[in-house]
Amino acid sequence: MNRQIVQLFAVFALLFGVLVVFTSRWTVIEAESLADNPNNRRPLIEEQRIPRGLILASDGRTVIARSRGRGRGQNRIYTRTYPTGALFAHPVGFSYIRNGRRGLELSRNDDLVGEEDEFESILSGLESRDQEGNDVVTNLDVGGTEAARNGLAGRKGAVVAIEPQTGKVRVMVSVPEYDPNAIPAQIKQFNRDRANQPLLNRTTQELYPPGSTFKVVTAAAALDSGTVQPDTVIDGSSPRTISGVPLENAGGQDFGPISFTDALTNSVNTVFAQVGERVGRERLVEYMRRFGFYEDPQLDYPDQYMIPSGILNGDGDFVEDGFDAGRVAIGQGGLEGEIRAGPLQMAQVAAAVANRGRLMKPRLTDRVVRKDGRVKERIEPDLQAVVMRPETAEALAGMMSRVVEEGTGTAAALSGIAVAGKTGTAEVGANREFTQPWFICFAPVENPRMAVAVTVERTTGQGGTVAAPIAKSVLEALLGGAAG
Amino acid sequence: MSARTRELFGLLPVSLLVAAGFAAVIATRSENVSDATLTYGAFFLGLCVLAHLFIRARLPDADPYLFPLAAVLAGIGLVLIYRIDAELAREQAQWFVVGLAFFCVTILVIDDHHVLERYRYTIAAASIGLLLMPRLPGIGAQVNGAFLAIKVGPIQFQPAEFAKLGIIVFLASYLRETGDILVRPRLRPLPYQRQLLLWGIPVALTLLGIALLDLGVAGSVLLGVFLISFAAVIRDRPSPKHFGPLLLVWGLAMFMLIFIRDLGSSLMFFGGFLALLYVATGRLSLIGVGSTMFFGGAFFLSRSVAHVQERVDIWLDPFADEVVDDEGYQLAQSLFAQADGGLFGQGFGQALLELPGGATILPAAHTDLIYAVLANEAGLFGAAGLLGAYLLFVYRGFRAGLSAADGFSKLLATGLTAVLAIQVFVIVGGVTRVIPLTGVTLPFVSYGGSSIVANMVLLALILIVSDHARSEARRRGGLV
Repeated sequence: MNRQIVQLFAVFALLFGVLVVFTSRWTVIEAESLADNPNNRRPLIEEQRIPRGLILASDGRTVIARSRGRGRGQNRIYTRTYPTGALFAHPVGFSYIRNGRRGLELSRNDDLVGEEDEFESILSGLESRDQEGNDVVTNLDVGGTEAARNGLAGRKGAVVAIEPQTGKVRVMVSVPEYDPNAIPAQIKQFNRDRANQPLLNRTTQELYPPGSTFKVVTAAAALDSGTVQPDTVIDGSSPRTISGVPLENAGGQDFGPISFTDALTNSVNTVFAQVGERVGRERLVEYMRRFGFYEDPQLDYPDQYMIPSGILNGDGDFVEDGFDAGRVAIGQGGLEGEIRAGPLQMAQVAAAVANRGRLMKPRLTDRVVRKDGRVKERIEPDLQAVVMRPETAEALAGMMSRVVEEGTGTAAALSGIAVAGKTGTAEVGANREFTQPWFICFAPVENPRMAVAVTVERTTGQGGTVAAPIAKSVLEALLGGAAG
Repeated sequence: MSARTRELFGLLPVSLLVAAGFAAVIATRSENVSDATLTYGAFFLGLCVLAHLFIRARLPDADPYLFPLAAVLAGIGLVLIYRIDAELAREQAQWFVVGLAFFCVTILVIDDHHVLERYRYTIAAASIGLLLMPRLPGIGAQVNGAFLAIKVGPIQFQPAEFAKLGIIVFLASYLRETGDILVRPRLRPLPYQRQLLLWGIPVALTLLGIALLDLGVAGSVLLGVFLISFAAVIRDRPSPKHFGPLLLVWGLAMFMLIFIRDLGSSLMFFGGFLALLYVATGRLSLIGVGSTMFFGGAFFLSRSVAHVQERVDIWLDPFADEVVDDEGYQLAQSLFAQADGGLFGQGFGQALLELPGGATILPAAHTDLIYAVLANEAGLFGAAGLLGAYLLFVYRGFRAGLSAADGFSKLLATGLTAVLAIQVFVIVGGVTRVIPLTGVTLPFVSYGGSSIVANMVLLALILIVSDHARSEARRRGGLV
């Protein structure tokens, strides 16, 4: 009998081994797919139990997002509310168990829920603390944002303001907006609203023809590569044949021989088209890349809600060659390649010129603060690219300041503060019956503290009359008392 | 060091483990470790020392490791139940005291386990009666579709837990007597032609069955194994009249499937029976016939008994849309809980057990799914540790059987140990989706008075066998 008992034990040892194998299967091998199983509500329940940190405006006091708790003890759960309503909806986004997350709520999720690395979680385990979210202090300015929003006055469009030296994004406004508090009830309607697309962040997710504001990019490439100088005289007559097709200046105005500086002041198309052809496609694309075109903005914002700017062909694909360099240089193009840019990208163009050619990475977040007030992480300024030499940037800044002093952008002039800028007015619509007015600028010229890009969607009127006044009010709000 | 001193030292780590477990749970609850945990540990240690003193007095030579192993399992169970519901843990602690009382009474009353042999038919009849009770009108209670409990006033108990002891006692006694004559090997090999006939007929029948009946792969294998095993049994000159009671056990298992509607306890009984049959006869052919008859019967019945069929369907796909929020919810949540545990677990007291509304996320966490709770809180390592403790218990139980002098003692110790091991396999296998999930308890660990009392009696019986075997060996000057 003893032999059988020993054999029986071997059978049980084997069976218990099977149990260990299956336990490992569920606890380790297939743990991830089980955690992702749509029937598994554990991750959602766990999330609801964590009080997410606050999201604050740059003043450190204005609460943009907070968590409100319900229930007691083990049953306490938290939901998100947004005291500022629609004001910061696009940069900050929302976070709901059922509707998912967007904006900073998504890109800073780990900070907001207090996700910690291995060492810290062991420490907090010893202290047996509950998981608690950190606060995120943004760079977003309440006054500047309100000014931008009032300036757009309900018209579809976008405003972005960046600090050139640091890359801090102080204003990110996209109209139409949505109230993040209404997301749980209305997200379906928002998604279905094809006409207004309230959930679309027009600063990072939409591209427009930049019109003459793109001449700043062309000028940077031309000056920095030595193709032209500010005082180089070029024939500004109209029309001129570019790529075999006649090109006219705005209103058909004939400027005759004109300096490159005056050509920017008066936004002379024929001059810039010739300069673009002299710069060449290859070099133009190279400078565009330095400005950040052809890649997602390097913003602390979810990738799926950002798209690159660049030259797109008729099929909507990015192209780097074969396009009409003359027409792209003035912010237009044709079927083989047409320039398209997002408002954040154009604000970065202004910021790069303002910061003596050094483009800083744009940042929505200033710092992450623990509940006890200690700063967990401070986002330091970070160089994205050296776009041009400092001398080039200074020369270009001087040319742009003339635009506001005496050219197309006088509506942006502030008393007491010198502003440098560039207007743009792209024609859009099937019969070119609408315009896409733009204004990009920075101020003060001698020591730039703010760069702004403004655009209004499918309207009528010029960049200098429609967009420049909005930029002016945003600059006034952001630069404070010095403005008149 | 004497066996009893080793037992006493074995209890020390047990109490430390229990105290540490309670400390962890309480720490996560109230953020400060109170003296209460020490009280829990001390109380548990006190009870164990009392039981130890009792064993020292009555069974001085019994195996020194079985009791500490049972204590560690019961301790883990108490911690887990306390973590699920403090009130349940208090009740479980009371049941543990009652269980220890039954343990002592068993040892006091049964001085020599051989007396049980005298009452084997009475015990068998009583066990079958116990199994039938849940179907009696008035006192029977249906839990999750299975008839496993009876309810008299406020007291509810699971007779199957006690019936398993009686049936093992009966089988050990019956097989001790008939094991050798159930089959008798032929002294001379069969003539060549008859050998051919003997093996040819089942092979032909199997092929015929596969060809004529639409059996599928599993069915064909079952039929083949059955017929060939059957031929092997016939070759060994079986004694038909002694097979009667064995057929009765098979019938009982089938009956349990139909009337109790529980695959788990049915598997547990029949598995214990097959284990004993093998130990008593050493014939794999008998196991072949028995297991194919069981699985064939279960297969057939699963199609006619809706409750069993449903369990099998859930086992095959717990995440199917039509069951995942309903019948399959328990198994799906069990797997999610284990996945949440990972390698090291969430820590005692940290696992998610309640939905925000206060409803529990794991149905029957304190009974059926207690293994899933352990895997969630202590991870793969904790769960493997628990299984290791069970395997050690099984090892010591079989050692008691190995060292016993007579057949009945061997079969009794082996059978009791085997039925406990199979019970562990049935519930842990169910929770980990090795086999369909059914509602049997995890011995010593799960919440449940009947379970803890019956298993304490089981432990007492093994210790009695062990004491007899080892004291005899000591008298002969061998093993200490």
